[in-house]
This record gives sequence, structure tokens and C-alpha cells, in this order.
Amino acid sequence: MEDNRVIKTKDVNFYYGKFRALTDISMDFEKNRVTALIGPSGCGKSTLLRLLNRMNDLIDGTRVEGEVLFEGKNIYDPEVDPVEIRRRIGMVFQKPNPFPKSIFSNITYGPRLAGLSDRVELEALAEQSLKQAVLWDEVKDILGQSAMMLSGGQQQRLCIARALAMKPDVLLMDEPTSALDPISTAKIEELIQDLKRQYTIIIVTHNMQQAARISDKTGFFYIGKLIEYSATEKIFTRPDVKQTEDYITGRFG
Amino acid sequence: MTRRLKEIIIKRIFFLFACVSILILGLIVTFLFREGIPIFRIVSVPDFLLGGEWYPTFDPPAFGIWPLIVGSFIVTFFSTLIAVPLGVLSAVYISEVAPRPLKEVLKPLIELLAGIPSVVLGFFGMVVLAPWLQDTFDLPTGLNIVNASLMLALMAIPTISSIAEDALYTVPREFKEASYALGATKSETILKVIIPSALSGISTAVILGMARAIGETMVVLMVAGGAAAIPESLFDSVRPMPASIAAEMGEAPFRSEHYHALFATGIVLFLLTLAFNLIADYVSHKFKEVGSGTL
Ligand SMILES: Nc1ncnc2c1ncn2[C@@H]1O[C@H](COP(=O)(O)OP(=O)(O)OP(=O)(O)O)[C@@H](O)[C@H]1O
Ligand SMILES: [Mg+2]
Repeated sequence: MEDNRVIKTKDVNFYYGKFRALTDISMDFEKNRVTALIGPSGCGKSTLLRLLNRMNDLIDGTRVEGEVLFEGKNIYDPEVDPVEIRRRIGMVFQKPNPFPKSIFSNITYGPRLAGLSDRVELEALAEQSLKQAVLWDEVKDILGQSAMMLSGGQQQRLCIARALAMKPDVLLMDEPTSALDPISTAKIEELIQDLKRQYTIIIVTHNMQQAARISDKTGFFYIGKLIEYSATEKIFTRPDVKQTEDYITGRFG
Repeated sequence: MTRRLKEIIIKRIFFLFACVSILILGLIVTFLFREGIPIFRIVSVPDFLLGGEWYPTFDPPAFGIWPLIVGSFIVTFFSTLIAVPLGVLSAVYISEVAPRPLKEVLKPLIELLAGIPSVVLGFFGMVVLAPWLQDTFDLPTGLNIVNASLMLALMAIPTISSIAEDALYTVPREFKEASYALGATKSETILKVIIPSALSGISTAVILGMARAIGETMVVLMVAGGAAAIPESLFDSVRPMPASIAAEMGEAPFRSEHYHALFATGIVLFLLTLAFNLIADYVSHKFKEVGSGTL
């Protein structure tokens, strides 16, 4: 169904200066699904993810060719405001990056900028987002404390809650568990499973089991190219391309 | 064995050099206090600090440095008022807004401003700014608080700007990315994330800029006008402490009362700059320990 594909990239090439980091990427991302991006280091997974909410704009000397359609509209159209795009397509980074502000201010940072100022609403939003990110019970009594005091896993869940507070349509996650212990990782994986009912999630991961456990579709990248993209189950059991199989089974040369 | 010996010798040498500078500092401070304290046999400390009359060469002389202290503070205050916004904003512009090529021109230019000898600035204040002030506002003299504050601000701006810029530069990229990813604009990111995260460094910059202004001698000697009286308007002349010391030291007979009084003024100045530096140090540490706290 046409409607189901929230984000589509069409023949996208991406350049850092003269260096081409992505080549001819055409890919659809489905609504309420978890899509995993896998591939060896440096193959362009983060670049693609950051392309989807125009975070690459912040790097000098980058250039995009092709189209990235979000709900049918090219987000690289000159009249599109990247701020608007980033409000609707949230992002969680590899390294937890809470602001050196209170937990509460972290959560309400985005919504406040978007114009929400009613204290009661903000409090409700903070509670809801923190509950969604399974952090509420741990921090409900210390909302005024600095987010820097939290553990790494808590900080990452706070960053997820912060992204959720914007009520985005799509959530981009760049190796969200790579800095975390197994328990925090399990919590975040569970969370992703819950979240996909409401959100479209695109996640980069180096952890094959994680991709297999949580994603519906998986794309395998190699040196800036999309090598294979299909249902996760297929990728992990009978991939079409030999390179994919080699990578997944750890026989990569 | 020999390597350890070398290690030990090198350590000792460094220690020795460190000791030499501390020793020299100690000697200067001792000297300052030894030459300054005798004045307090003639006037009490409160009379010295708060006395409103500075007539060191009259008979009988009056050694009250309150007008000098007020002069120092007033020019420091107004120069800070001018220099802080300019210094901090130029730092923000250079580190966050300016495109790369412009940044590479602006940064050395501001540093060049720091390299202008203060006597040149003083000269500029005397020859250009003073006559202009005098004509435009119809004043008896253009050598006054406004002139001194402007010139001191010119001196403090590069100090404030370069330290603040260093502070802004150390704000992790992750904070900025987090902010943009939440749909913040550039100016929102600068105001709500970057500046608050660099606040301790920026405060340090401001305090060190103030310390620079309060201790500066040549400029105030040349353009503050030199009146040892409590000013009543911004266009009045003042006589900040360093100017007073520099102007009078040559005429004060060795170990006379006047001489001791000038050294005592030096002590006050020294304690003030020391306080500024301690505050700067405290501010930069305090914020760091709590991870910038809950801003
Ligand atoms: N800011 C940049 N400037 C120039 N080149 C960059 C920049 N960021 C990434 N690259 C290059 O683009 C290519 C893809 O990088 P990217 O970060 O997307 O890889 P990745 O697949 O996310 O790798 P990893 O798994 O290690 O995170 C790499 O060759 C990298 O060197
Ligand atoms: Mg990456």
C-alpha cells in the first residue's frame, strides 16, 4: 500500500565535500515498523539516518542528490524548513547526550520551543514521555536534578523520552544501545517493541541479534550502497546476496 | 636506575623553576607590604580606605583613598558594562555564527586588539576621543569617566572575547546536535544550550576582563583626568588607584609618608586583583564539579 511508506528515498547520493558517502540509495520505510540498518563500520548508516531529518545540514560542505520524500514531500525542497522536519522526525544518538540541565528541563526543552508553555501540560507530558521510556519510576522524585547525575542507561532512556516528548512521527536511533549494559539494552529493546505501535522506527545497529530480535525489515549496507533490503527474517535466514550472508554470519573479509 | 635518576633530576629542575617564580612573587608581596604598612601608623585603616580627602602633599597631608577606590570601581564598572556584551557577543559570533573564512579573519583581528600597547590606546583617547567628547558635550575636559571606560573596554574586549570563545568552543557537539534534533533553531540553540553550557567559562572571562581593567595603569593615567574627588557625573574626571600611584611615585620622597601611602594603595589594588582572580577560579571550578549543574 502506497500510504504505508512514510519515508522514501529516491536515488540518493550524498557527499562530504568530494567524498561520496552514499550511492544511489532508494529505500522505503514503512509506517509502524522497525527498520534496521546494518553493515560494517563506515558504510554510511549514520549518514543515511542523519539524512532523513536533515541533521547533515549542520556539517559544512555536504551535498545531497536525489529526493527524500516524507509523506510524499521532498524534505530537501528549498522551501522546506529543516526545523519543522526535525520536530516530526526525532533522533536518538549513539552516545547519550542529555543537556546539562534538570531532567524536567531536558524533557520539556523541545515542546517549550515548539510553543507549549502551560506548566500543567508540560508536567503531564514529562510524565507521559518518561513512562513511555520506562524511566518514570526511577526519576519521578528527582525531576529537578541534573540529568548528568543519571547512569548511562538512564541517560539514554531520558534521551528517548526527550525525543518522544516531541510526539514525532518517526524516530531515528543511531546505535542507541552501543554504550549500554545488557540490562539497559534489554529495557530499550523492549521499549522499541512497544513504541512501534505508535511510531515508525529506523535503527542503526552493529548487533546482529538485536536487529534480528527487534526489526521487521533490515537493510544491509556496504561502502555507501544498499546491498540488500527485505524482511528481517529473510535477511537473517536466506539472504539473496552472498555479501549479506557473509556479514551476518561474521565471515566478512 | 639511570632512567630513574634522570626522571628525578628533571623533576627537581622543574620544581626549582616553579619555586623561583613563587619566591619572586613572595618577595614582591613582602616588599609591597613592608613599604605600605608604615602608613597605618599615621592613619588608621578605615580612615585610609574610607577617607574622602587625598591631599598627600599638603600640610598637614590627608591620606584618604576613597575617591581613588571609587574612581577605580567606576571606570571598571562602566568599561565592563561596555566590554561584556561586545566581548561575549563577538565570541558567540566567531565561534558559532561566522562562516569559516570570516572566522579566520576576525579571530586574529581581535587578538591584535589585545596586542595594542596601552599607551597607544591612551594616546588615542587623549588626542581623538577627548577633544571630540569635549566639543560634542560642551565639557570643561574630555578626559573623564566616559573616555577612560571606553578605552578600558577596548582593552578588556579581547580578553573577554578570547576566553569566552574558548569556553564556547569546548561545549560538546553532542549538546548542539541534541538541540537541533529537537527542532531548535540556531539562535535557540545558542541561547538555550550553548551559552548556558559555557556559562562558567564566560563568567571567568568577564571577571578576568574586569581584573584587567581595574589594574590597568597607562590608560587611566592618560585619559581619566586625574581628579581625586568623588565624581558627580559621568563626565567628571577621576583618579583611579593605578593612575595615582604612577603619577605620584616619582615625586614622593623615598620612605616619606606619601611614599608609604602609595604603597598601601598598591596593597589595596593587589588585594582587589587577587580577589578577582580567586573569584574567577572559584566560578570556573564550582560549575565544573556539578557537571554545569541545573541551569
Ligand atoms: N563529517 C564527516 N566528514 C567527512 N566524512 C565523513 C563525515 N562523517 C562520516 N564521514 C565518512 O562517511 C562514511 C560513512 O560514515 P558513517 O558515519 O555514515 O558510517 P557508519 O556506517 O555510521 O559507521 P559506524 O558503524 O562506524 O558508525 C565514512 O567513510 C566516513 O569516513
Ligand atoms: Mg555510525
